[in-house]
Amino acid sequence: MKLLRMKPGHGEILLAEGDVEVHEEEQRLIEAFRRELDAGMWAAVPSERTDGRRRAELVKRFSDVPRDAERVIFFPRAAGGALRTAR
Amino acid sequence: MPLALGTAAVVLVVLLWELARPRALPALVSLRARLQLRSREAAQIGYDPGRERRAEQRARELLRSCVDHEDWAMYRDLGFLRVWGGLGERAHAAGASYAYLIYPHRPLVAYVPQTGALLNEYCVTFPDHTRPYGSARLPDSDDVLAKWMALHADERRLIEEANMHLPGRQIDPERVRRDLVRLSRWERERSDGATDIVRAA
Repeated sequence: MKLLRMKPGHGEILLAEGDVEVHEEEQRLIEAFRRELDAGMWAAVPSERTDGRRRAELVKRFSDVPRDAERVIFFPRAAGGALRTAR
Repeated sequence: MPLALGTAAVVLVVLLWELARPRALPALVSLRARLQLRSREAAQIGYDPGRERRAEQRARELLRSCVDHEDWAMYRDLGFLRVWGGLGERAHAAGASYAYLIYPHRPLVAYVPQTGALLNEYCVTFPDHTRPYGSARLPDSDDVLAKWMALHADERRLIEEANMHLPGRQIDPERVRRDLVRLSRWERERSDGATDIVRAA
């Protein structure tokens, strides 16, 4: 499993990578996951449905991440956008 | 008299300088160092088109790896994504009563697919307050992917976070109508292309 984070001026960066079946690696993933959520990030798990369509799921706990998920993508939480008129 | 006053003033200035020098010199050196550091930092976090282009390329790859092939082709060809409204299990129902257009760093535009009527603009951003390169703004394709993921995962939450406006607040409604025409033509061409391939086979 890879934990990725979107970053301005860079694109995604790899925060942590590991096998959730290996205890130490899972702990490392959990720590990185918590750190990002504590920093106010949203965490999304992209996945594929049985009909082949792709979707995403927001998760708030590491235990909500499917064990077979390949990636968790962190991105800044949504905020109401600019009120200026910019045509 | 003026000469005496002038001489006294010069002596006074020299005396004050001698008194202040032990403190003033290190302070001046420190100030100079701080200014140089600030200047270097400003140069490092300044806008770098090459870096931004590389960031956007990474973001496009990530977007492509997350969305459906058809959605990726739509974004690549048209510059925006269409997501059906009323997500969840009906997320891909073409008969949805409303849909969104996702533009990079622009509001979501909700519209009625059957009529093309524009409903609302939902202005939402994903500001990274750590401002790693002096900017809180994600690359364009990351912004699109963030909206796509948030809409698919929790449409209600995203819409609640957004500032809602009538159409035309930030995006010219004529532009949106033109984009809907382009989208319709694009889908027709893809559909015709697929039919031709089937016939040829």
